[in-house]
Amino acid sequence: MTPEAAIGGNARPEVEARQELYRSMLRTRRVEEAIVDRYAEQEMRCPVHICIGQEAPPTGVSAHLQKQDHVYSAHRSHGHYLAKGGDMPAMIAEIYGKADGCAVGKGGSQHLIDLDAGFICSAPILASTISVGVGDAWAARQRGEDRVIVIYFGDGSTEEGAFHEAMNFAGVNKLPVVFVCENNLYSVHTLLETRQPENQTVRRLGPPNGMESFDGDGNDVEEVWRLAEYAVNKARNGGGPTLLEFHTYRWMEHCGPLDDTHLGYRSAEELESWKTRCPVDNYRDRLIEDGSVDQAWLDSAEKTLHREIEAAFTAAKNSPFPDAEELFRHVYPE
Amino acid sequence: MTREIKYFEALREAQAQCLESDRDVVVMGLGVPGPTGVFGTTKNLVDDYGPDRVFDMPSSENAMTGMLLGASGNGMRPIMVHMRVDFAVLSMEPLVNQAAKWHYMYGGKMRAPLTVRMIIGQGWGQGPQHSQALQAWFAHIPGLKVIMPTTAHDAKGMLIAAVRDDAPVISIEHRWLYGVSGAVPEEMYETPIGKARIMRPGKDVTIVAASYASLLALRAAEMLADAGIDAEVLDLRTITPLDRQSIVESVRKTGRLVVADTGTAEFGISAEIVCAAVEGASESLKTAPRRVGLPSVPTPTSPALSEHFYPRAINIAEAAAATLGAKIQFTEPETGKWHDVPDPSFTGPY
Ligand SMILES: Cc1ncc(C[n+]2csc(CCOP(=O)(O)OP(=O)(O)O)c2C)c(N)n1
Repeated sequence: MTPEAAIGGNARPEVEARQELYRSMLRTRRVEEAIVDRYAEQEMRCPVHICIGQEAPPTGVSAHLQKQDHVYSAHRSHGHYLAKGGDMPAMIAEIYGKADGCAVGKGGSQHLIDLDAGFICSAPILASTISVGVGDAWAARQRGEDRVIVIYFGDGSTEEGAFHEAMNFAGVNKLPVVFVCENNLYSVHTLLETRQPENQTVRRLGPPNGMESFDGDGNDVEEVWRLAEYAVNKARNGGGPTLLEFHTYRWMEHCGPLDDTHLGYRSAEELESWKTRCPVDNYRDRLIEDGSVDQAWLDSAEKTLHREIEAAFTAAKNSPFPDAEELFRHVYPE
Repeated sequence: MTREIKYFEALREAQAQCLESDRDVVVMGLGVPGPTGVFGTTKNLVDDYGPDRVFDMPSSENAMTGMLLGASGNGMRPIMVHMRVDFAVLSMEPLVNQAAKWHYMYGGKMRAPLTVRMIIGQGWGQGPQHSQALQAWFAHIPGLKVIMPTTAHDAKGMLIAAVRDDAPVISIEHRWLYGVSGAVPEEMYETPIGKARIMRPGKDVTIVAASYASLLALRAAEMLADAGIDAEVLDLRTITPLDRQSIVESVRKTGRLVVADTGTAEFGISAEIVCAAVEGASESLKTAPRRVGLPSVPTPTSPALSEHFYPRAINIAEAAAATLGAKIQFTEPETGKWHDVPDPSFTGPY
């Protein structure tokens, strides 16, 4: 069964929802570009994993999430955080290691948190948060909470035993989880072929673990939106977990702000061909074409974002560093 | 004139020579044959030894450790590489429950000549889950050997010794040592596992250290020398089996002890070293030993906090002076605005 058939055709979001999808993708793109532009200043002294090129999955998934829903992520988490409503200034301040950071400067880019927004955590150990998210879903059901848990991870994480173990438990217990794999073909510099059987997708791992699975174009935000609508609704209505795999691509180096085609593990042509599938620009063109937005709307969206992002960076730079005593605070609950 | 190469080049050369001299040696790990070759330590090895012997792996540390352990039981001598020690946490089961016990449980009939390289380090906001120094964990497990070479010379000689050793050996390498150069012979040689070395002889106080902390200890010894205190620096090189004899001999000579470690001080290896000195040289100790290590706090990410988290040479110098009852105002050499990179030429990210 094709995903389209499974989820009932080619439904499209309403115009306002389309605009919001675009605005959300653009927001992540512009924030990431701002980080890239400023990283050489060396004031952001922590590793950053840039998600330019991968804006569609978090955007299309988050469109169906409510505030009480919980999101877990891994190292490439800026997009997941922002799309779930994470506090942008707190994220930027965290990357700067400042007192106003979402983790008071104790986490950095790889440990974003916003409990108010339902973004529970990102973590830089592969598959580390997957079982944790499953446990949250289990507890939500035990406690009778209306809560869907979304867990993002890359193709690399699906090779860890912890991933398989957590999937199995979620499947056995029909927990309200949506597993979202962003398959961007690489794990650092290691190609997918080296790590997983040929001609098989991550999606194959759903059914043996007792859950439906779908894969789709991770650069097409409406396709993500359709698949996620199905999976989130199912989880919310007691239908159990779903594995979604989105095929996408990262544009920048694995870690850091630069291009890395000179390393030779992927070709410049491959990168360029994925850039022609830009999730943000292509969607903009589509929205112009179908009349969902016009130039004035686009200009105003850019302007608003620009102001928001500049303000976040200014606030982060002006935020003080945490006091030395903060080093010893919170090791144990008081 | 002896050739000088960098620590990371010495590690690479050791692996190349092991691959060259023994068909049973293989090198495996995430990114091992990749373009950056685990900070250069495995770069291009695949070109000379082929993808059957120098290879990448899925992100499956647990299973792949067990896999190489099985291969080692079958006569191979694998080297496994973890870009960060934090990833090896996923592979503790086969290391602790299996590899460490094999020789013992088979009554000596089975060997697990597995070498596992694990990289520790600090700086550039690596944070709580990417910068741990877990040597004490491994040292606590009977049956594992744990090495922490400090110099380029020892990096090569000890890695070769580890590969040739029939026990499972954990090699803990500090990233900040990778760029440090030293004299390294071109031929294949072994630096014996289990033997500490006096890096700097002295008579007033013994500073026992390992890995990057040994470099800090040397710097501290220079500060102390300026103040008229003659410190002996003992570089452990091996954590287990611990060279208790060298510790005891040095403490008998100086009567004072400071231990410096890259790991958490509490329940860390410094406690074992103090214990070795007390058990073996209590009559020589003129004052209570001191230790310098990390506070029992997860590594913070912010440079403003990590600056107070990592001990520096001056802290070791102060501890040593304190064992002599001396109150000295040491001045630290200027290190630039940031303390979270090995030298100012480093611009991140790791
Ligand atoms: C347990 C563990 N092993 C290795 C690593 C090193 N590492 C960090 S990111 C990464 C690549 C992961 O690839 P993928 O999950 O596909 O995510 P992507 O970076 O492509 O977004 C690896 C191997 C890690 N963080 N954790």
